[in-house]
Amino acid sequence: MSNYAIETKDLGRVYKIRGNKKEREIRKELIALEGVNLTVERGELFGLLGPNGAGKTTLIKILTTLLAPTSGWARVAEHDVIQAPNLVRPRINMVSGGESSGYGLLTVRENLWMFSQFYGMPSKEANERIVELLKIVGLEDRIHTKSSDLSTGLRQKMNIVRGFLTNPEVLFLDEPTLGLDVGASRDVRKLIRGWLDADKNRTLLLTTHYMVEAEELCDRVAIINKGRVLACDTPANLKRDLQRDAIFEIETSPLNGLTDKMLAEQAEVKKAALTETDGGAKLELVLVDESALAVVINILTQKNIKVLRFTKREPTLEDVFMERVGQRMEDVEKEEAPNESK
Amino acid sequence: MKANERLVYSASEKVTGWRLFIKTILARSYPRIIGQQREKSWIFFEIFMPMLAVSAYVYVYRAMGAPEEYVGFVVVGGAMTAFWMNVLWSMSSQLYWEKETGNLALYIMAPNSMMAVLLGMALGGMVATTVRAAAIILLGTLMFNVQFTVTSFSQLFAVFFLAMTALYGMGMMSASLFLLLSREAWHLSNLAQEPIYLVSGFYFPIKSFNFWVAAAASFIPLTLGLDAMRQLIFPSGAALGFLNVSVEITVLIVLCIVFLIGAKFLLDYMEKLAIREGRITENRR
Repeated sequence: MSNYAIETKDLGRVYKIRGNKKEREIRKELIALEGVNLTVERGELFGLLGPNGAGKTTLIKILTTLLAPTSGWARVAEHDVIQAPNLVRPRINMVSGGESSGYGLLTVRENLWMFSQFYGMPSKEANERIVELLKIVGLEDRIHTKSSDLSTGLRQKMNIVRGFLTNPEVLFLDEPTLGLDVGASRDVRKLIRGWLDADKNRTLLLTTHYMVEAEELCDRVAIINKGRVLACDTPANLKRDLQRDAIFEIETSPLNGLTDKMLAEQAEVKKAALTETDGGAKLELVLVDESALAVVINILTQKNIKVLRFTKREPTLEDVFMERVGQRMEDVEKEEAPNESK
Repeated sequence: MKANERLVYSASEKVTGWRLFIKTILARSYPRIIGQQREKSWIFFEIFMPMLAVSAYVYVYRAMGAPEEYVGFVVVGGAMTAFWMNVLWSMSSQLYWEKETGNLALYIMAPNSMMAVLLGMALGGMVATTVRAAAIILLGTLMFNVQFTVTSFSQLFAVFFLAMTALYGMGMMSASLFLLLSREAWHLSNLAQEPIYLVSGFYFPIKSFNFWVAAAASFIPLTLGLDAMRQLIFPSGAALGFLNVSVEITVLIVLCIVFLIGAKFLLDYMEKLAIREGRITENRR
């Protein structure tokens, strides 16, 4: 028996985008995934971290047999997702953030029972497990509520219970805490960790664009952007590479025309991200060492920018992302948003 | 971290094969059957509204002095309209709505057969619609004093069963075509609705058509089903029937086989195509 719950080799997916009537002849192609090589061990909680449009959902769709790759191959629970989807499907389940699955006229219990039947679960066992899981996520008092009467957060909790209900070998959670409040997100993270710890043969692949979530939950993380995996390791190892660098956050008066490009041109500055705030600005800097701070302060002084506060901090996954991609995730998403709407 | 004992499950005895198939059919039919009890608006939209159309035809026939059996023809036709509407809007275009809500991805990702999902939709729809159709017949009979004279209950049951099986088989087949469609599913259903009312003879005997038009219309199972039922429940039905009841039963059996087998193959093909083209969850390819 292989120790890998998930394996991919040179996995790629190209979408052909249909144009409008005038552009019908012009076939546009979008590379959603390119050359993805990943292995996820049994018992692992593996995170895919990347901005919206990075290819995380496309990868999950391929692994859950919903989408065929255009190149490479993928195996889940030791079976090829294209050659043997019928052997993969009984072993997996998936929950997506913000999904509106199920039927509004059915109660929470009825919806969950219905989906359990598609996996062949005995009704008695399904109903017992529904009650248990609803208790864990704090939804037991809504068991007889019609799902159309649930708030977005409660509905997402119900969806999450659906994923765990069939006790899959490999569970895929695509942005599971999207749109949830802090308390609900915490409950969900607790359930995820508890479920995995309860049985070492369970594997969970989670996609998120919340750095804290990836850092808190995942055994290993792959950073993905524009369809390519840029780094893959434990959060600690990913951050270790940055620990030689000095990371500073500086709050200043207005920027007076200073741009992140101007700062990044300096040899001592590895990465720079500037954000305008109310009446000032915030600089996030990755410097080669602490002494390089003097260079930055000098530039700020020349531009007549006052330093209001500065802090040196330990690297986070956000810094790792910025180091690998060259931009903060937030900025990548802002850039991608207009392209997606075209 | 200590594992949560409530999340430790013993090996589950999940069923597979035909038992999973049956479970899926029953589970998918559940929302349709239970939904009818929870949302009573169907009483207005699916009984009262069709009764208006039925009444209009009844008064036209009476004004013209048409034989009284025509009133019965219209009432039965009005009841069968409910099945056609159900197949069109809750079978054919249903997979488009399932795609929009995310259910389609969950159906395909689960180990169940999509054929069982469609059969569940059909079973649920058929049960719920039978209640509606029975209500229309009851109301129409009381309002217009329709007299029924059933010549053979066994043949009547066989015709109804075969017509329903073939009709929902056709619905399952077209549902698999709709797997690839997005918003155009809505327009196609709209486009199919009225012409079928006409050529299936919902409100008049199809014998009124030229033979070839009636023969072509017989491809829709309700056409022959309705014609045979009228022949079996009204004294003058046989005289106004298109073909002999036995012939119509034979054709309906053929239609059942063609549509159910066709649905199975088309569904398998369309599912593979949709996965290849990326249409299960979105419309870019």
